[in-house]
Amino acid sequence: MTLDKLPLQTPAVITKVGGQGPLRLRLLDMGLIPRTEVVVHKIAPMGDPIEIRLRGYSLTLRLEDARNVEAQLL
Amino acid sequence: MRRERGGGQRLRRRQRQNPPIGPEEQGFTFALAGNQNSGKTTLFNQLTGARQHVGNFPGVTVDQKVGDILRLKGAHLVDLPGIYSVRPYTSEELITRDYILNQRPDALINIVDATNIQRNLYLTLQLLEMRIPTVLALNMMDEVRANGGHIDVEALSEGLGIPVVPISASRNEGLEELLHQARRVAEERILPQRMDFCGPGPVHRCIHAVSHVIEDHADQHRFPSRFAATKLIEGDDALACRLGLDDNERELIEHSVVEMETECGMDRNEALADMRYSFIQELCERSVRYGEQNRERRRSEAIDRLLTHRVLAIPVFFAIMLVIFYLTFNVVCAWLSDLLAQGIDGVAAAVDHALTDFGLNPVVHSLIIDGAFAGVGSVLSFLPLIVVLFFFLSVLEDTGYMARIAFVMDKPLRRIGLSGRSIVPMLIGFGCTVPAILSTRTLSSARDRRMTILLTPFMSCSAKIPIYAVFAAAFFGGNSALVMLVLYLLGVALGIGMAHLGNHTLFKGTSAPFVLELPNYRFPSLKSVAILLWEKARDFITRAFTVIFLATLVVWFLQSFDLRMNPVTDSADSLLAGLGRLLTPLFAPLGVRDWRLTTALVSGLTAKEAVVSTLGVLLAVPMAELPVALQGLFTPLSAASYLVFVLLYTPCVAAIATMKKELESGWATLVAVIGQCLFAWLVAWLVYLLGGLVV
Repeated sequence: MTLDKLPLQTPAVITKVGGQGPLRLRLLDMGLIPRTEVVVHKIAPMGDPIEIRLRGYSLTLRLEDARNVEAQLL
Repeated sequence: MRRERGGGQRLRRRQRQNPPIGPEEQGFTFALAGNQNSGKTTLFNQLTGARQHVGNFPGVTVDQKVGDILRLKGAHLVDLPGIYSVRPYTSEELITRDYILNQRPDALINIVDATNIQRNLYLTLQLLEMRIPTVLALNMMDEVRANGGHIDVEALSEGLGIPVVPISASRNEGLEELLHQARRVAEERILPQRMDFCGPGPVHRCIHAVSHVIEDHADQHRFPSRFAATKLIEGDDALACRLGLDDNERELIEHSVVEMETECGMDRNEALADMRYSFIQELCERSVRYGEQNRERRRSEAIDRLLTHRVLAIPVFFAIMLVIFYLTFNVVCAWLSDLLAQGIDGVAAAVDHALTDFGLNPVVHSLIIDGAFAGVGSVLSFLPLIVVLFFFLSVLEDTGYMARIAFVMDKPLRRIGLSGRSIVPMLIGFGCTVPAILSTRTLSSARDRRMTILLTPFMSCSAKIPIYAVFAAAFFGGNSALVMLVLYLLGVALGIGMAHLGNHTLFKGTSAPFVLELPNYRFPSLKSVAILLWEKARDFITRAFTVIFLATLVVWFLQSFDLRMNPVTDSADSLLAGLGRLLTPLFAPLGVRDWRLTTALVSGLTAKEAVVSTLGVLLAVPMAELPVALQGLFTPLSAASYLVFVLLYTPCVAAIATMKKELESGWATLVAVIGQCLFAWLVAWLVYLLGGLVV
C-alpha cells in the first residue's frame, strides 16, 4: 500500500521508497527509510497534502509524492 | 587528542578566511550549523546580540550573517543556512558544504533539537565527516527534562566522538559551557574522534574501498577523504571532477558501489541514508529516553485542531490575515504615519521659515523643502508599515504557523505553480507592494521567490484606492465599492493567468520538493523578533533610500523647471508636463487624450497617491470638485480604461527599488517594469476596444 492510501492514525512501516532525483533524496534525508514506523496523522483541508508522523516529528507531504513511498500496516 | 595542522598551515588558512577581519583579529571563527526549526537563529542571537553584519555568501543570494560573540572577545560566529542534509542540490546545502570545506572555521557548533534528535543527528553525522573540530549543542533540553525525559550526554558524546553540551537557547542556559567547549576544541584542534558510522557489512566495505581509491586525490586537494568517499558513492559528479579522478578510478568506484547495491539490496542513496539512521537509532536507544508525556506535542495538536481543521482552517487563516491587515494599515500605521508625517512637516515648516528669513534663493529653497524633505518623508513613510508588518510575519514564522499556512494553502497555490507560503506576500500586496516583495525572502526556492515578486503587483495596493474613489464618484454614480471589487478581481484574475503562463514558459522546471517539517508551536523569542525588525528597517533604509530619494529629486526637478531650465510659475510649463504631452499620443487608443491625465500617470511613479493630487494641481480645482472636472475629460468607457491602466502599470519607485533588491538584477527589474507598462496598456486598450463594441 502506498503512503497516500494509508488509513488515518494507523501505524504502518515503510517498505520501499521510490521517486526520483531531489524528491527521493529529500525523503531519505528526512528519515523515510525502509523499516521506519510511520503514521498518517492528518489530511489538509482541501484533501492534499497530508501530515505524517515519523521518528517523533511531523512532516507534510503531497499526495503525489506520498505515492512513491510504500508501507505496510503493522 | 590529535593535532593535525602545523602553524604554517594554520596561518595560511586564516588568511583565506572571510570578513570581518579587524586589526586585532587573532580570535576564532566559529560556524553555526543545524536543521531548520532547531533554534539556530535564537542561539545565534543569544551569542552575538545585535552586533551582526549581513553579507552574502560568495556567488549566491543567501544572506550570510556574522556576529561578534559577546562572551568571547575577538571571536565571531558565522550563521550557516538551516539544512537537513549536505547534498549538492539546494543552494543552502551547497553554501554550507563550501563554507566549511573552503573556509575551514576553527570550530563548528552543531545545534540539535533534543526533542527531535534522530532527524537532527542525521545532519550531524555528515558534518562530522568533514573533519572540523565540532561541538554538539543539544538544544531544548529544558523541554525534554520537563517532560520527564533524560538524555545521557556522556553516552551521546562517546558515541559521536565530540563534546556534547545540553543547552536551552531561549532560556540562555548552558551557553557558557558551550562556548568553553567550542573554544577548547578550536584551541587544541580536537577533531571528531569518530567518523565510521557503518557497522561491518557491504556499506562499510564500499566506503573503505572508495576512500582507498581517492585518498591521494583528497589529500592533494585538502579534502576530507571520508566525506569525499560518501559523497562520491552518493553520485556527486562535480566532486569527482574537482578531485581530478581519472576514468579508471571512476570505474573502480562505480564497481564497488554496484557491488554494495547488489549485496545489501538497496540503491546507493538509500544504503547510505539507512546506514546513518541505523547508527542513530542504535545510539539513541542507548542514550535517549523520552518522557511518557510530551506537553509541547499535545499543545501543538490542540492548536492544530483549530488551525488545520478540515473546515475552519481556511476561514481562520483569512481571519488572521485580516486582523493583521487591520492592525497594520488601519490602526498602528495610520497612527505612526501621522505622527511621522507631523514630525517631518514640523521640521520642514521650521526649516522653511528659517530659510525664508535667511532669504535663500527660492529655487534652492524649493529643492530643500519640496525635494529633499519630500524624499526623506516618502522613504520614512514606508518604515512603520515595514516594521509593523514584519513584526506580525516574524511571529507567524517563529511560532510555526507559517508552516501550517503552507500545509493548508498548498493545494490551491500549486495550481498556479507556487507553494502555499506564497499566499502571504500576495495578500500583503493588497496593502503595500513594498513589504510584500520584502517578505518573499522567506520562500523556499529562488523560483518561487521570483514568481511571487512578479505576481504581487497584480494585487491592487491600498494607495490606489483614492484614485478609484475619485473616478467612481465622477463616472460610476459613486459606486466605488463595486468599481473597486471589479478592479481587484480583474487584478487577481490577470495575476493568476500570468502565473499560469509563467509556469509554462519563463518558470518552467520543477520547484523544490515540498517535504516540509511541521514543527511544534513555540512562543517566539522576542529578542529574535526585535533583531529581525531592526535588520529589515535598516536594510530598507540603506538599500532603498538612494533610489527613492533620487526619484523624488528628479520629479521635483521635472516639476520645477521648464525646457530652458527656468523655474516655472505655471505647472503646465514644466518639464513634467512636457513629458506628459510627449506621452499623450500613445494613450489616444485608450481614449485618453488630455496631457494632464498622462502627466498624472508619470507622477504616479513616485507614489500612487500622487496621481490624484497631480490631477488636482493640473486641473486647478480643489479635491472636492475633482470628480466634476474629470467628467469633461473622459467618457465612462475611457475612464474605465484609464483605471485599468492605473491598476496594472508599474508600481511606485519604492516598490521598483525593492524589486531590484530582491530580484538582485537591474536588468530583470527593467524588463519587468517595461513589461508591466506594456501589459497595462494592452489590457486597457482591450477594455476600451471591446467596451466600445458593447456600449
